[in-house]
Amino acid sequence: MHDRRSFFVIAMLVLGFAFLYLPILAMIIYSFNASRLVTVWDSAHSPTLAWYVELFNNSQIMDAAKLSFRIAAVNASGAVILGTLAAFALERYRKFRGRALFGLLTTAPMVLPEVITGLSLLLLFVALEQAVGWPSGRGATTITIAHMTFSMAYAIVVIQARLATVDRSLEEAAMDLGARPWKVFLVITLPLIASAIASAWVLAFILSWDDIVITSFVSGPGSTTLPQLVFSKVRLGVSPDINALATILVLIVSVAVVIAGTLMMRRDRRRMRDAQAALGATA
Amino acid sequence: MSGPATRGARLARRIAAIRGGVGRRAVIALPYAWLAVFFLVPFLIVLKIAFSNIQLSMPPVEPVVTWTADHVLQLRLHFSNFTFVFGDRLYLAAFANSLQVAGVSTLLALLIGYPMAYGIARAPGTWRNILFLLVVLPFFTSFLLRVYAWMGLLGRSGPINALLMQLGITHAPLQLLQTDFAVYLGMVYSYLPFMVLPLYSAIEKLDLTLLEAAADLGCRPTKAFFAITLPLTKEGIFAGCLLVFIPAVGEYVIPALLGGPDTLMIGRVVWDEFFGNRDWPVASALAIVLLVVLSGFVLLLQRVQAQEGDA
Repeated sequence: MHDRRSFFVIAMLVLGFAFLYLPILAMIIYSFNASRLVTVWDSAHSPTLAWYVELFNNSQIMDAAKLSFRIAAVNASGAVILGTLAAFALERYRKFRGRALFGLLTTAPMVLPEVITGLSLLLLFVALEQAVGWPSGRGATTITIAHMTFSMAYAIVVIQARLATVDRSLEEAAMDLGARPWKVFLVITLPLIASAIASAWVLAFILSWDDIVITSFVSGPGSTTLPQLVFSKVRLGVSPDINALATILVLIVSVAVVIAGTLMMRRDRRRMRDAQAALGATA
Repeated sequence: MSGPATRGARLARRIAAIRGGVGRRAVIALPYAWLAVFFLVPFLIVLKIAFSNIQLSMPPVEPVVTWTADHVLQLRLHFSNFTFVFGDRLYLAAFANSLQVAGVSTLLALLIGYPMAYGIARAPGTWRNILFLLVVLPFFTSFLLRVYAWMGLLGRSGPINALLMQLGITHAPLQLLQTDFAVYLGMVYSYLPFMVLPLYSAIEKLDLTLLEAAADLGCRPTKAFFAITLPLTKEGIFAGCLLVFIPAVGEYVIPALLGGPDTLMIGRVVWDEFFGNRDWPVASALAIVLLVVLSGFVLLLQRVQAQEGDA
C-alpha cells in the first residue's frame, strides 16, 4: 500500500518536472537550429551559433536590454529601500493610525491583475502631467515608478518574514545600552536581515526585468524595454534569435539559482553541525 | 534612588522617545505616501474616468468636474459606460470566460501541484532542497519567454504535431496553437510554481507524529491522507488557489500569444479597449467591474476559510 502511494508521488514528480522543463529545453535546443522555421530541424547546418551572433549584432535588442537592465536595477534599489521601511513599520510598530489601510496597500499590488495596475498608473501620470506638468511624457522614469510600486510589495513580504524571526532582545539590549534607534537599526538589525534584503533586491530586479503588461501602459515612444520588444516580435510568430536570447537568460538564472542553492545548503549543514555540537556539549 | 541622576536619565529617555517618534513617523510615512500617491490615488482616477465620457482630445476623456462660464461648478457623472458594459453580451461573455478559464486552470494546477508539493516535502534532505530550487527556477525565468516556448511546441510544424503524425494518430497537423486548449495549457504551465510553493510550505509544516499515530491505530495511508494531511494543509490550498486564480482572471499575455482571435478574456478586452479603441472610459469601467468581481471572490474565500476555522 505504502509502496504504491510513493510510486504515485514519484511519478507525479517526474511528470510535473518534465512538464515544467521540456518546453525550456526545447527552446534551448532550437536556438542552435540553423533553419529559420525554428521547429524544423535543419540537420545539414546545425548546430550553429548563427542566431547568437545575430542577437548580439541586433542593436535594437541590445539597446532594449540595456534600458531594461537600468530600469530593473534602479527599481530594485528603490523597492528595497521603501520595502525595508514598510516592513519595519509593519513588524515593529504594531499599532499606528491607518495601519489597516497600510497593510492593504502593501499586499494589494501583488494580487491585482496587471491590466488594472497599468491602466490606473497611466491615468495618474496623465492627470499629473495635466495638473503640475510632471512627468512630461512617459518613459524610463514612469516605468521605474510603476515597477517600484508593485515590486515593493514583494520586497516587503520577504523582508518582513525575516524581521519577524530576528531576536528582538538583541535590539532591546543595544537600546538599553543607550544606542539611538537608527544606530540599533544600522548596527544590529540591518546585518541580521541583510540576506533577506539581498533576496528582495534580486526578486524586485527580476519582476521589473520581466514585466510586460504594466510597462506597456506607462512607457513612451522612445523607451522600449526588452520584454516589450520580445512581445512585439513573438506576436508575429516564433523567431530563432528569441530562442537564443531565452537560452542566455535561462543560463544566467540557472547559475544564480545554483549558487544561491549551494549557499543555502551549506548554511543548513552548518546549522545542523552547530546544533549537534551544542547537543554534544550539553550531554 | 531619586536625585539628579535619575531625573537626567528620565529626561534623556524622553528626548530619545521624541526623537524616536520623529524617526518612527518618517519610517511609516515614506512608504505610506508612496503607496498612497502611486497606488491609491490612481484607483480614484480610474473610478472618476469610468464615469466620464469619451471625447476627441488628449487625454480622450471629458472632464467630470467643470467650472462653467456662468460660475457653476458642474459635476457630470456618466453611467453610460456601465450600462454599456452590462448591456453588451460580449463583455459579459468575456467575464464569464475569464472566470471559467481561471477556475479550471486553478483546479488543474492544484491536481498537478499537490502531489508534486507532497513529493518535495517528503523527499530526503538534499533532494528536497534540489527539488525546491527546481520549482523556483522557472519562476525566475522570464514569464514571457516560457509562454513563447509553447508557441514553438504547439505550432503546425512543431514537435508535438510531428510526434502525433509519426505515431499515426493524425495525418494532417492539428491546430493546437490559437485554441482554448493552448490557453489552458499556458495558464497551468505558467502558474504551477505559484501553486506548488505555498502547498509545499504547508505540507512541510505538517506534524508527522499525527500520521504515525494514525498508522499505529490501524488507519490506512489513503484514509489518513484524506482525514489528516488534506484538512491540515487547507491553508496552503487556499493560498495556492488564490495566487493562481486572481492573476489568471486578468491575464493578458497568455490569451494574446496562445489564444485564438476569438478567445475572449477580460484582461485582453481591457487592453484592446484602451490601446485599440482608445476608449479610456469603457476600459476604466471594465477595470472597476473586474476589481469588484475579484474582491468579491477574495472576501467569499476568506469567509469560507474563517467558517472552516470555526468548525
